[in-house]
This record gives sequence, structure tokens and C-alpha cells, in this order.
Amino acid sequence: MTPRIAIQEESFDLAAETARLTAGRQDVGGLASFVGLCRADDGLAAMVLEHYPGMTERAIARIAGDATGRWPLLGLTVIHRVGRLEPGAPIVLVLTASAHRAAALESCAFLIDWLKTGAPFWKREEFEGGAERWVEAKAADDAAAARWTPA
Amino acid sequence: MRVLYFAWVRQRVGMAEEEISPPPEVRDVAGLVDWLSGRSDGHAAAFANRKTIRAAVNQDFAGPDHPVAAGDEVAFFPPVTGG
Repeated sequence: MTPRIAIQEESFDLAAETARLTAGRQDVGGLASFVGLCRADDGLAAMVLEHYPGMTERAIARIAGDATGRWPLLGLTVIHRVGRLEPGAPIVLVLTASAHRAAALESCAFLIDWLKTGAPFWKREEFEGGAERWVEAKAADDAAAARWTPA
Repeated sequence: MRVLYFAWVRQRVGMAEEEISPPPEVRDVAGLVDWLSGRSDGHAAAFANRKTIRAAVNQDFAGPDHPVAAGDEVAFFPPVTGG
């Protein structure tokens, strides 16, 4: 199983991505998906996502490899958008397929937790009126990723 | 050595990348940060608070003790905020 990893400016279609993972096969018993959206917090006008081309794909491939090593996955898709995104726009898609629900659900949560802390993306917020600020990393995100590390 | 800057580190330094030839005593990421800080006011501002800076060497996350050498691609950026 080769994970599908895409970094792109354009949006994605959850139904099309789901169909892609299940086309022509009958062994998938569970699909889990996570879609992250741009929230309109505090008068946000847009979010601008920047990344490190090359390292981003490499980092996500490593995280995906960790997931396929931990869970018996039949399909794995990660699509992360970059560029300028307005409130309501989808930012990230994680989609996992397995024979059973636990592997699909757990690996999906693992992947989005690690994407937040282990892949080189940065978000800049633009507000109505012209103010802007870089989003700061959150300790809660580090804690969410750390919970997947065996004690 | 090619050095890349991202997010507010890029804004403060005032450029996205540069080719540099640091002196031989620059052996690791921390030493490179010290040397880069002396290159301009922008560099000094970008690296003023080391705790807020993360690095990658040849596209893998790297700590302050990670070695750097001629030919490496070294990147500096704030903690990541994707997802």
C-alpha cells in the first residue's frame, strides 16, 4: 500500500478521495476521515499557509510510514493545502482505510496529531482591517502528538 | 552551504535563502546560529530568542548539536503550525 500524499493550493473532494481508496476492492471494512477547516476566529479574513517544499513531503511520508507500521492499513491519503484560505475553506484531509474500524479511526487520529507537530507548515492569519499575525505552536498539540509515543 | 528561512524568520532576516561559507569553527546548528546572527540586524532580530527557533539539516529536523558542513541545506523556522 503506497500512501497518497499531496501538498496543493486547490481544494479536495472527500467523496472522490474516498472512492479512490475503495475502488475495485472489497476488503475495506472501515474508512476514517478527518477534514480540518479554516475557522473565522476574531474577525479572521484569511489564513495563509506556507511550507518547506521537499521537506514537507518527506516529513509526511515518514509519518505515514509510521502509521502503516502500527496499523494494518489498506489505504492512506493525506492532502494538505497551502496558500491563501478563507474561513470555511478545507485545509487538510486525512483518510485511512482498514479491514476494521479501530485501525482506521486510531491511525487517522495519529496522523492528524503528528501533522500538527511534525510537518513543516506555518499559518499566518490576516484580519479584517489589515492586521496579521503568525499562529503560534500550541503545547496542547505537542501533548496530543506525544500521547502516541509509547512510555 | 545553502540556508533557507521560513515564516517570520524569513521576514526578519529579509530573505528566503542565501548561500554562505561559514568559517571552519562553525560545526553545528548552534554555532551556525551564532555566526548568522552577526551578519545583519535582521539576522540578529530573527535569532534573538533561540527558544523560538527550530532547524532542519538536509530536510530533517535537527537540534542545536546537529553537525553542519559545506554542501548542507540548513533551514531555520518557527515551531510548525500545520494541520
